[in-house]
Amino acid sequence: MSMRPIDLSLRIRKKALQLCHEKGASHLGGALSVADVLAVLYGEVANVNPKNPSDASRDRIFFSKGHACSAMYAVLQELGFYSGVEDKFAQNGSIFTSHVSHMVPGIELSTGSLGHALPIAAGTALAAKRKGERWKIYTILSDGELDEGSNWETILFAPHHALDNLVVIVDFNKIQSFGTVAEVLALEPLAKKFEAFRWRAIEIDGHDHAAISAALARAASASDGIPTAIVAHTIKGKGVSFMENKLAWHYKSPNADEYRAALAELEGV
Amino acid sequence: MRNAFIKTLVECARVNDSIFFISGDVGYSVVEPFAEQFPDRFLNIGIAEQNMTGVAVGLAKEGYNVFTYSIGNFPTLRCLEQIRYDVCYHNASVKIVSVGGGFAYGPLGASHHCTEDIGILRTIPNMVVSAPGDPLETSAIVRWMCNIPGPGYLRLNKGGDRVIGEMGTILVPGAPREVRAGRDLAVIASGAILEYSEGAIDTLLPGAALYSMPVISPIDALRVVQLARQFERIITIEEHQLNCGMGSAIVEVVSDAYAEGILNRVPCIKRIAIPNRFTSVAGTQAYLRQMNGLILQP
Ligand SMILES: Cc1ncc(C[n+]2csc(CCOP(=O)(O)OP(=O)(O)O)c2C)c(N)n1
Ligand SMILES: [Mg+2]
Repeated sequence: MSMRPIDLSLRIRKKALQLCHEKGASHLGGALSVADVLAVLYGEVANVNPKNPSDASRDRIFFSKGHACSAMYAVLQELGFYSGVEDKFAQNGSIFTSHVSHMVPGIELSTGSLGHALPIAAGTALAAKRKGERWKIYTILSDGELDEGSNWETILFAPHHALDNLVVIVDFNKIQSFGTVAEVLALEPLAKKFEAFRWRAIEIDGHDHAAISAALARAASASDGIPTAIVAHTIKGKGVSFMENKLAWHYKSPNADEYRAALAELEGV
Repeated sequence: MRNAFIKTLVECARVNDSIFFISGDVGYSVVEPFAEQFPDRFLNIGIAEQNMTGVAVGLAKEGYNVFTYSIGNFPTLRCLEQIRYDVCYHNASVKIVSVGGGFAYGPLGASHHCTEDIGILRTIPNMVVSAPGDPLETSAIVRWMCNIPGPGYLRLNKGGDRVIGEMGTILVPGAPREVRAGRDLAVIASGAILEYSEGAIDTLLPGAALYSMPVISPIDALRVVQLARQFERIITIEEHQLNCGMGSAIVEVVSDAYAEGILNRVPCIKRIAIPNRFTSVAGTQAYLRQMNGLILQP
């Protein structure tokens, strides 16, 4: 099933807002920054099957920045993996924990402790290679979690094992938990770092659907033994002016007025 | 508890210039007072707990008493070998602080359920393991840790800002603190569940004594044995897996004392803890405690 990314990204943003507002949840900024990447990946590129989430031929999508779960739960519901997340999200007894959970159909891996998914994605990619499988492995990382050494071990590992079926997308929104990336632990020049580790690095505007689409297409067609890192420059809080580039929206849950104002802005676009 | 922690640490840092604080990119709207007053003894190291712990050991080698700070399992399990080998084996002055012990971050899921920390850390030689139950215990432990060399662990709840009992006596590390007197039955609570225990004991176990156990390791065996002599029954309660927690530590002391002939009778000890399983649903701290049977009962 494919869905127009332009529609899907709006729906993801609205649903993420709703979930965070109604259930008092955090991490909206990083959900809004990654919405366009998710919309293109799920809406246009990835082969996933809501009717059979564990379909053996599916592309594997690892969402490492598990705290931005509202966007992930939204996109999977839009695709038809389940319904009713707006009632269950973060509620007592619900599998929809406020970091993505592998108990939820369509989620490959529970994440929430940062810096865990990439090694597992690489292991999955290695399995695909050993078995001669053609499906792809996509991993969405936050910029802040690139502080973790675990990622860099895999960044060294993947090209060594010619894992050209592995695609990393970094949601480079320039803000982490307690400061900007530049203040806390600078990543730039990030694309050059990947290249120095023998990755194909593609730098894009992570809100430009055509650019995301083109980068993913290039990654998907790789057969040269080189894994691909898409460095997606994004804006934390993208789409809601008063949330953009604000550290506070890593934590805050929109109140009724903020929710209404945010929805109005999104729908005006 | 978070606030009591940072307030006390700031007070200590004013008079003790060996205190150093490293955050693993957390602490927004909590740790700023320290960062602002002692900028050259503060560092946000980023989301890099292994590096945080190693860097702390390096600073400690040069005379600092370093507090590392993050959420749940991140400053502990994530960098466990750095803790065992670099911090504890070298007896380095690194005090590890975790915010969100037990199910304090319940809705956030298993990554944030911090329910094996006590058991894992108390098996490592040289490690002091603490889980205060209220802000006064928190402050007392922070002051103590600011003044002792070597490794330490401080498990904090997120909230938990109500004072439980009176802190009439000074903290005796490893010993149960009497919160209220009673006969026959003693409840020993560790960590933030102390607040629930104090609230529930009147209706569920009237007449029982209540003790708090803010420092679990090293344990004050003498005082635990005294309790075992004094009471017919003991109930331990903690927000931790059944394996290896505070209740296990009490049972170990009592059993060993009996084996060595120090005790000639052992009390009946019932351990209330999480039944050695993962919790894979969301829920408030109160909900997840209840779901896991962390309820006082006779
Ligand atoms: C190992 C680990 N350490 C600390 C945290 C606490 N934490 C949650 S989100 C976050 C950082 C958020 O910034 P970033 O990673 O850049 O994500 P985004 O901006 O995409 O929301 C931190 C430090 C964590 N989840 N995991
Ligand atoms: Mg970020």
